[in-house]
Formats: sequence, structure tokens, C-alpha cells
Amino acid sequence: MLVNQFLFLGAILFCIGIYGVLARKNAVLVLMSIELILNACNINLVAFGAMWHANDVSNMSGQVFALFVIAIAAAEVGVGLAIVLLIYRNRQSIDVNDVDLLKG
Amino acid sequence: MPELLDKVWIVPAIMALSFLIILFFGKRAGTRATAGIGIAAVSLCLLFSVVVAGQWINRVNNPPTGEKLAQDIVKANGLTPQNAEDVEAEANAATHDSGETAATASGTPTVTPIALELASTGAESAAGATASEEHGSGEHGSVPPVVRTVTWFQMGGISFEAGTLVDGLTAMMLITVCIISLLVHIYSTEYLRGDIRYTHYYAFLSLFTASMLFYVMSSNTLQMLVGWELVGVCSFGLIGHWWEEKKNSDAALKAFLTNRVGDMGLIIGVAITFFAAGANSFNVLHINEYALSGAANTTLLLVGGLCLFGGVTSKSGQFPLHTWLPDAMAGPTPVSALIHAATMVVAGVYLIARLYGVFFAGLGIGSSSLHYVAFIGGFTTIIGGLLAFVQTDLKKVLAYSTISQLGYMVMALGVGAWTAGVFHLFTHAFFKACLFLGAGSVSHACHHTFDMREMGGLRKKMPITHATFLAATLALAGIFPLAGFWSKDEILAGASSGQESAYTLMLVFGLITAFMTAAYMGRAYWMTFWGNYRGHAKPHESPKVITVPLIILAACAVFLGFTNFPTNFFGLKLPGGFTTRFEHYVEPTFAFPPLQHAEFTPWLAIASTVLAAAGFFLVYQYYAKNRGPHGLTGRSGLARAGYGFLENKYYLDTIYTDGIAGATKGPLARASNWVNQNVLDGVVNGVGTVARVSAGFVYKDIDQLVVDGAVNGSGSVSEGAGQFLRRIQTGKVQQYASILFAGAVVLAGVFVFVI
Repeated sequence: MLVNQFLFLGAILFCIGIYGVLARKNAVLVLMSIELILNACNINLVAFGAMWHANDVSNMSGQVFALFVIAIAAAEVGVGLAIVLLIYRNRQSIDVNDVDLLKG
Repeated sequence: MPELLDKVWIVPAIMALSFLIILFFGKRAGTRATAGIGIAAVSLCLLFSVVVAGQWINRVNNPPTGEKLAQDIVKANGLTPQNAEDVEAEANAATHDSGETAATASGTPTVTPIALELASTGAESAAGATASEEHGSGEHGSVPPVVRTVTWFQMGGISFEAGTLVDGLTAMMLITVCIISLLVHIYSTEYLRGDIRYTHYYAFLSLFTASMLFYVMSSNTLQMLVGWELVGVCSFGLIGHWWEEKKNSDAALKAFLTNRVGDMGLIIGVAITFFAAGANSFNVLHINEYALSGAANTTLLLVGGLCLFGGVTSKSGQFPLHTWLPDAMAGPTPVSALIHAATMVVAGVYLIARLYGVFFAGLGIGSSSLHYVAFIGGFTTIIGGLLAFVQTDLKKVLAYSTISQLGYMVMALGVGAWTAGVFHLFTHAFFKACLFLGAGSVSHACHHTFDMREMGGLRKKMPITHATFLAATLALAGIFPLAGFWSKDEILAGASSGQESAYTLMLVFGLITAFMTAAYMGRAYWMTFWGNYRGHAKPHESPKVITVPLIILAACAVFLGFTNFPTNFFGLKLPGGFTTRFEHYVEPTFAFPPLQHAEFTPWLAIASTVLAAAGFFLVYQYYAKNRGPHGLTGRSGLARAGYGFLENKYYLDTIYTDGIAGATKGPLARASNWVNQNVLDGVVNGVGTVARVSAGFVYKDIDQLVVDGAVNGSGSVSEGAGQFLRRIQTGKVQQYASILFAGAVVLAGVFVFVI
């Protein structure tokens, strides 16, 4: 089994995610792009896990790791959306460029 | 009756407690209560001491078996003293099956009848063998002293111990100190009535007694040093009791400082004997035992013995450090009695007696031509006795008599007559205390003067004082059958026939002193109690509080000599249970050199008594009958010179103050001044100049340039860096993220292409 298709998919997803994080102004879309990056990683993990242990069904470490990442992503989205919601309440805007209070 | 021999620490503890109570509550409690506390405490101590002595006598009569067994075990295994305790405990468990086994755990008090590698039983023990021979019936072999120690502190792998050691000598000293102290306490209630520092006086009296009791029961030399110094401090406080007069505080200082000279010797001696003891021990039994074993370095022992003897010289008023003792008369008379009879001055004699092994082996008593101890003692008896003739102060006559008698004791110890010396200490304590308290009684009646020229004819006015004083005088002069006769005679016998019969010079010294003692005491007696009253007061007999102690002491002075009745007194042979009891119970049989015991020598007894009688007779002719060459000092230049020589105390004080102190202080001051002006000031000024110049350099070049430059430079650098870096910090999250990704890309590139 070749993993390169999976890796290509992962790389594409990762690049889309990077673009979203760096280029989008909407904070919700930035969060969504971060989800894309995490899922690109998940694909890689599962793919490599399946490749290295194709003959050993009992070893599921890659898949299990992906499950951990999904759980952490859910938590991260929860916190991130709460922050976005509060920013919106205070400023009536969710443009990440407007939130620059730490400017030196 | 509980076993008190290993619990004697209670005795000084009682006195220390009494000291604290009087010190803190005495003023509030009032004079009667103060004296009451002191007297009650001493009485209790006396009771305990008597019990201790009784138990010691019992121990000598029934020598212990369990401990002997222990010694045998120790000896067989050749164990070190540390292990010996365990073995001994085993032995005790085997024989006694008593509570003593519980004491083996380290740190807990252990009852240790010191079990050394010493040959302890039978013919192997030189001391034991001598003792058995001496007593014929072999009443007792070797009776080890009762030693109880606790670990005081540990340092450098050596454990320093504190403890009590009880043998016949300790028991004897306990009783002597307690009796004299008790009588002095009682006597002082009257003598010091209305004194401004009454509480202070009683507090110090308690502490004095406590220190002396602590000293005599010490089991090691370090502890003895503590007791010794405590005694010195107390004597300082009591001699200077009336310190408002400069003379008195000077006397206290002189006593203290003169003792410091000897104390240096003592401290060095203690250190040397510590190393000379082989096992690095302060324990007196270890030291004695090792010194006598022949394994010790003789040079070390010689130097150690000489240093220790330096301490004895100052404390016990031996030539040439005796000069403080007459000045110590500045204190209240009961204190003089205490100092001169039972405490303080006998501490030195006790030190020789206690560390006899060191003196015996180190200074070659009875074996070499170096009779250092005996010679100093003998010389002191003569010079002390001579000085007593020219004193007009009754107390000073007694003070010089004390010096003379202390010399007698030291001489006895120096010729190897241990028992004789200690026995003389014992008897002397009582009659000298009686004489001092008698002098105090006389002074109490005569407007507090001690000048014999203002006395006379007191015989009829103070009959009790007169009778007791006469008894004590005769005892001191050694008239048969009073206490002094027996002890003095033993010393003379010891000098004539004890070790090697080599002490002819000491015998001559002793006989001369016997004559002189009678003469000067006769002089003092006649000047005080006979003739016509020359003073201005109205003398009267003292109250009972004063006379009763006098009567008790006089009784002791009369009868105590019989405690060491000789075995063969002019053919009179009493049963064994009545003769030489003192020697039997007091002389150590453990870690003690093998001594020859002199037999009673009839011709010496007769000679000394005749000499004493002759002394009395001559003085009687001179003072009472007014015969002989009166006014000789006015006619003969030689007599005047001799008198002046004596009156100025051999110019020793002059030598000390003018000669040593005076000659050194002038040049020393000039030299110090020169050093100060040239060396010290030069150094100080030089240091100042150098400091100023270097400070200028430091300010200009280092502080301004380097330090300030560094501080300012770092400030401007960080400001510039901040100005640059603030441009990067835009607050825009996505800019940060792009830098982060760029960094990640660079790192990935490095990983892929470089590594």
C-alpha cells in the first residue's frame, strides 16, 4: 500500500489551512483553518500508522493518536469560539486585524 | 538504705540549689530565712556525706565481687575501656541480677566501677599486695572507687565525660568540707549580723561549698578544672566582700590574679596529662593507672607533673606564689576559716593526692634525686613559719601558719607519705578552722581589730574562746595527744623512714617547723590572752552561736587524731580494728603507687614534742616572763636587717610589683609607644595614603569609566534594541503566525537539506 496519496491529501489540506490562518480576516474562519491543519496531521498519523503496522492489527497507536488530536481540537475550538464570541460582544467585529492591543 | 555512692552528685546539687534560692529570693525572704536556707542545705549535705562515708566503709569491709569478676573478664580479654563497660554489665547481670544491666545503652548514665586492664586482684596487684601486707590479715585487697559518668559532649571522636568518683579520699573531703562549712554558716549568722551584703555573703558561701564539693567528687581532670576555677571565683567574691575599702578589693584581685598564674600551669598540665594518659582520657583513674604502668612517656609526665604543681603552688600557697594568702585575710573571718581549713587552699593538696600517680611517676617521688615536691613543701613550711613571727595581726599569724602547714602536707605527699599528708589535711582543717573562728570571736569582742598589740588578758574575759583557742593551738603545735601530734608525727616518720630513707633534709625542715609552729602560736596566744588588756574596748564573751561551733571544732581538734592511731605506739598494740583506720579507709588501693608505710617512730615523736614544748617555753619566757634579749632590733643592725627582711615578706611582693611588674611596665610602655608612633601610626598613615590614592584612581578610571560606562551602555543598548524590536511587535496575530510558519519552514529546510 502506498501512502503518498494520503500524504498529498494531507499536504494540500495543510496548505489550505495555512492559507486560511494567515490570510482570512474572519476569526471564525481562522479557527476553521486551524481545524484543517489538525486534520491534515490526523491523516498523516493514520496513514503512517496503517503503513508501519499493516501486519499487526493489534497495534493502533497512529489511530489512537489521531483520536487524541480530535479530542484536543474539539476543546480548542470550544475555547476559541468562546473568545471570538466575547470579542464580538465587546467590539461588534471579529476581524483579527482589529484586535491589536498588544502592539508595541 | 539506698546506695548513695553513685549518686553523690546530689550533694553539690543541693548547695547549688541553695545558692540559687538565696540569690533570687534571699533579699525578699530576709536575713533569718537566708541563713536558714544555707544552714539547712549544708546540714542535709553533711547528712548525705556521713551516709556516703558509711557506705564507703562498708564497701571496703565487704569488697564487691561482681565488679571484680568484671575486671577479670576485662583483663582476660584485654579489652579497651569502652568495651569494658559492656563486659562489666554482663558480669553484673550474672552476679547481681540488678537494675544495673539497664545502664548499658549508650548515653544513659552508666555505673562504672572503672574496670581497666589493671591488675586488680591477688599478688599481681602491687597496690593490692602492699595493702594486704600492710594490714596483715588481708582485710581488703583492691577496692575500686565508685565511678558514675555521663557523656558530657563529644568532639573530634573523643567523648568528654562528666561524673562522680567516690573513694575514701572523696568521702573524707565531703565530710570535712560539710562540717566546716556548716559551722561557718552558723557562726556567720552572728558575725555578719547587720551586714549590708548579708544575702550576697550567704549566696557565695553556698556556691563556695558547692564548688568545693563538686571539685572533690570529680571523676576527670576537666571537671576538676571547673570546680577549681569556681572555687577561685568564690574566694574572689568573698575576700572582696567589703569592697568599699580599696585594700580589700585589692586583696581579692591579688588572690585572683596570683591564682591565674598557677591556673595556667594547671590547664597546661591537664592537657599534658590528657595526652600522657595513653588512651587520651581525662579520667583520673585512667591517668593515674597509665602513669604508673610504666608505658607512659616519662618526659611528658615530668612536664605535666610540674605544670600541675604550678597550679598547686598558687592555690595551696606554696613558695613562691604564697603571697596572696595573707592578703586574703581581708575577707570576713568565717570566710578565712572556710578558705584556710576546708576549701580553696586544700584544693591544691587534694590535686596532688588525687593525681598521685602522675606526681609519683612523673616527679619521681621516692625513686629519684629530684625531690621537687618535697623540697618546695619543706621550704614553704620554713618561710611561712618565719614570717608568722613578725606579724602583729592575729589573723595574719594564722595565715602564715596555714602556709606553713600546707607546706607540711605537700612535703608529706612529696616524700611518699600519702596518708600522712592527707591525714594532716584532715586534722589541720579542724584546728585551723577553730583558730580562725576563735580569732573572729576575739575580734568580735574587741571592736573588730585583729591587732594583737591591742589585745591581751582576754583569758578571763572570754573563757570559752580562750579554752578552745588553747586546745587548737596545742593541736597545731603537735602536743600529745591532740590531733596535730598524730598527723605531724606521721609526716616526720614518713620523711625519716618511708621511701628509701632519703629525706633527711625534709626531716630537718619538719623538725624546725615543729619548733617554730609552737613558738609563733605561743607568741600569738600569749599576746592575745595573757598579760594586761591594752585595747580600748570592753571585751566580753561571744554569744552561743559563736562559742558552740568553737567547742565542736575544739573537740574535733582534740579527738580526731585517734582515727589514725599507730599500730605500735611505744609498745602499745591495740587490736587491728582500732589502729590506722584512717589509712585503711582513705588510702586508695586502686591505680595507686606501691608505697612503703612508715611505722610509728618513738624517738621522732619524743623529739618533735620536746621541740614544740621548747618553743612554747622560750616564748613563755620571752613574752610572759619578759626575759631574753628584748629590743634587739634597736641595738643590732643584723637583727634589724633580719626583722626588716621578714617584715617585708622576703621582698617577694616588692619583687612582684616593683621588680617584675615595675621593671617591665616602664620599658614596655616606652616600647609600646615607639611601636605605636612609628610602626602602627606609619602603617595606619601609609594605609590611609594608599587608600586615598587608590580611591581616586578607582573613582576616575574604574567607577566613572568602566562601571558607569557599563551601566549607561547597557541602558542605551537595551533602549535601542527595544526601539528596533517594537516595530516587529504589531499586535497582529496573523503576522506572528506567518513569522512562526516561516521559522518552521526554515527549520524544515535545515532538517531536509542540511542534516
